[in-house]
Amino acid sequence: MTADYVAKRFGMFLVIVWLAATVNFFLPRIGGQDPVREKLIQQAAIGGNVQAGLEDMVAEYDAKFGLNTPLWRQYVAYVADMARFDFNYSIANYPRRVLDMIGEALPWTVGLLLTTTLFSWVIGGLLGAFLGWPRSPKFLQFLMPPLLALNAIPFFLLGLVLIYVLAFRLRLFPLSGGYTAGSFPALTPAFIGNVLSHSVLPALSIVLVSIGGWALGMRAMIVTTQGEDYVTYADAKGLKGRTIFLRYAVRNALLPQTTALALVLGQLISGAVLVEVIFSYPGIGTVLYKAIRGSDFYLVQGIVFILIVAIGVATFALDLLYPLLDPRISYRRA
Amino acid sequence: MKPAVLEVRDLRVHYHTSRGAVRAVDGVGFDVGEEERFGLVGESGSGKSTIALALLRLIRPPGRIEGGRIALDGVDVMGLSEEEMRRARLAKVALVAQGAMNSLNPVLRVNEQIRDALRDHGVRLSARAFEERVGGLLESVGLRREVGGMFPHELSGGMKQRVCIAVAMSLRPKLIIADEPTSALDVVVQWQIMDTLRRVQEELGAAVILIGHDMGLMAQAVDRLGVMYAGKLVEVVAVRDLFRRPLHPYSQLLIGSLTSLDRKSEPRGIPGLPPSLLDPPTGCPFHPRCPYAMDRCRREAPALLEHAPGHLAACHLYPREEVA
Repeated sequence: MTADYVAKRFGMFLVIVWLAATVNFFLPRIGGQDPVREKLIQQAAIGGNVQAGLEDMVAEYDAKFGLNTPLWRQYVAYVADMARFDFNYSIANYPRRVLDMIGEALPWTVGLLLTTTLFSWVIGGLLGAFLGWPRSPKFLQFLMPPLLALNAIPFFLLGLVLIYVLAFRLRLFPLSGGYTAGSFPALTPAFIGNVLSHSVLPALSIVLVSIGGWALGMRAMIVTTQGEDYVTYADAKGLKGRTIFLRYAVRNALLPQTTALALVLGQLISGAVLVEVIFSYPGIGTVLYKAIRGSDFYLVQGIVFILIVAIGVATFALDLLYPLLDPRISYRRA
Repeated sequence: MKPAVLEVRDLRVHYHTSRGAVRAVDGVGFDVGEEERFGLVGESGSGKSTIALALLRLIRPPGRIEGGRIALDGVDVMGLSEEEMRRARLAKVALVAQGAMNSLNPVLRVNEQIRDALRDHGVRLSARAFEERVGGLLESVGLRREVGGMFPHELSGGMKQRVCIAVAMSLRPKLIIADEPTSALDVVVQWQIMDTLRRVQEELGAAVILIGHDMGLMAQAVDRLGVMYAGKLVEVVAVRDLFRRPLHPYSQLLIGSLTSLDRKSEPRGIPGLPPSLLDPPTGCPFHPRCPYAMDRCRREAPALLEHAPGHLAACHLYPREEVA
């Protein structure tokens, strides 16, 4: 039964999220850091204040954040909060709420990474398919070395090169940020243009690097399908080259590519950290980076929880999608 | 014999490897008459399947058709353009492949795969008419219509091979090449498939080239048989005559290796191994294993000559009887 299959997969999804969320709770706390004290000391140091009353403030805030209760109580409260998507206040940015901070940053990240990932998946996949197909034009082969080279460069390195050449030297694009500081976010053509020009470099560094990876993966799969009997037999049936390419080779090579895409989509946010930090992009990666540095438990928890749910949803969606792509995987024997 | 549907002359196919050219098919020639069932037997690596692919011009690098002439229904196959050749496949000459297990695309339904074949050969029909045609094809190979809506993994090996036969007959070709069509099937299913193939052939009036290594199966299924050894045809003769009076020592040993219900003897094998086609022996390729090998066999390759009416053999044991 299909409903049965979906129910099972959904149950699996819940279990995975719960397990990961539990790890997410305990891991930062094992570190033995004291976020409130650290933040207050940091602020005291900035202000040059004497530390009068610091301990009182620490105790006060700990109580406010519930950090003075036993661990198991915190855990119960945490699970209950997570289930309601209530991520509490940010410790470092009190009184801002974690959910608001995530909500502000998420569209930037999703906008940048979802677009670039899907774009490079499609383009890289097509490129790889043609590269692996013996009957495609020979000049395509010249694309292989640059693709291989780009694939080997970490994208933060490529990002730095792009910043130096295109932004710093040639001044074609802005150096950093999501939009020009001081301009107000609005749905005007000017502002949208501003956002786009800011996103070109980070997008380019991601696309250039990942296209190579997708192309290589697809090429390998297409080459593998060449050896399959059904492709040889498709030739013997006198099918047109285009039919064989699309319906026999690409269609079968698509299965592992789709799996890889779903996994990458799930890791979108964590993959964003480096790019965003380099380009000071106002996305979730930058927020996560700052939260970890400031031991902001709640903020880290919130972001990581979103991350977990994203990966879980991606896997769940893949589970639902896969039987449609590959009839050999049935809903029944789940 | 009825006029030939297929004429093959001096066909040579080489696979180019880093250690030199492998002469997989080395100067093979034979005719197949209209509605004739012609068999090609030989051990693994003797070039049988390469001939099948060469007839469809499907030899892929590093393989290459080095020379020879293939005339299919009076048309010079080697002279066709790539697009003309594509259209000739299935329409003129169809293949029922070896290892039907993987011959079907795992992600497409059976009827889609048959429809692909029809459509790419310019058959334009409405969805309903397609369905009707595919259903009819499936029924004529002994499958239920509903099989069309199934995926290959939902079919048994025998059913898959039937689907392949249905595809092969879909455009009523003049020639069907069946390359070990029953190699992965059990004996009962083997028999059913051979029976289906025979019925389809009779219905279409097509010629069939059956490729295999099972002499017993061949004896039942074909009219005439070509025995391959090391990329060459060593004997071509009507099946009955081959079993009655095999001329070539290889054929004799091959038949001697069969088990029999009448004889109470251990089946004998043929000592030695087939030669490397990269560096074949001088003269007759069979001489290192031949019990009757003479000096001449080591020096001079024997030609395939007619020693009795319709009985061709390539062996120095038989004095030249210039027939023509």
